[in-house]
Amino acid sequence: MAEFNVNVRESGHIKILELQGYLDAHTAPDLEAAFTKLVDNNQFKVVVNFNDLNYISSAGLGVFMAYVETMRDNMGDIKFANMKDSVFNIFDLLGFPSLYEFFNDENEAVKKFDVIDGTVKAE
Amino acid sequence: MVNELSVNSTTENLSLIREFIKSNAKNVGFTEEAINKIVLAVDEACTNVIKHAYKYSVSGQINISVSFVQGKFSVVITDSGIHFNPNAIPEPDLQLYHQQRKSGGLGVFLMRKLMDEVNYENLNDNRNQVVLVKYLS
Repeated sequence: MAEFNVNVRESGHIKILELQGYLDAHTAPDLEAAFTKLVDNNQFKVVVNFNDLNYISSAGLGVFMAYVETMRDNMGDIKFANMKDSVFNIFDLLGFPSLYEFFNDENEAVKKFDVIDGTVKAE
Repeated sequence: MVNELSVNSTTENLSLIREFIKSNAKNVGFTEEAINKIVLAVDEACTNVIKHAYKYSVSGQINISVSFVQGKFSVVITDSGIHFNPNAIPEPDLQLYHQQRKSGGLGVFLMRKLMDEVNYENLNDNRNQVVLVKYLS
């Protein structure tokens, strides 16, 4: 069985979801559970770090589609960071880049939230 | 060359299916990029079988047969579940899909983008078949 893990940590008031392994129809419910928990705790600002994610299928992409509006309706967002090219290509095929923000580095994604929040002055 | 794999219809077996496809595609000499495409397309097809044909019933059988003839790598996936004909489904308007938070149907869309040929057929003995083809260029 393929391994998948979600690790949640904080960067200030922003939640970082670190994904690891293989995200498919079998493991997508684990990611869904992590998002449900965030919403239940009123945490709507999320950066997903894909550094250790090797694989994604449409079942995984569907999880982001299911939660992004809830986050945005509550002054938050789901931002993507540190994605491998092979994973990004799938997001690209499904039209995500015009609707979601992608960052090379997790810190840039966090900073973007801070700029919007006024914590950091926009340059 | 013909290789076969038969598994029960559970998402737990998706990783096994992916490994099977990966090693077969590697053996005939596809690039890593092409292998990734074929693996994902087959994952999507089998996920659809588990979800739609067998409605997550674990007792269903998925048969996968891989062949490589004259530069054509073909993956034939058959099941005995509920008939499903995605040929009737038009290509989704992705913008609208995102707005409506719909994710169903994306698998078929991906399969068509990733493979050179995708053909669905209802077989005589009440089975469903999808054939995914990638050309080795």
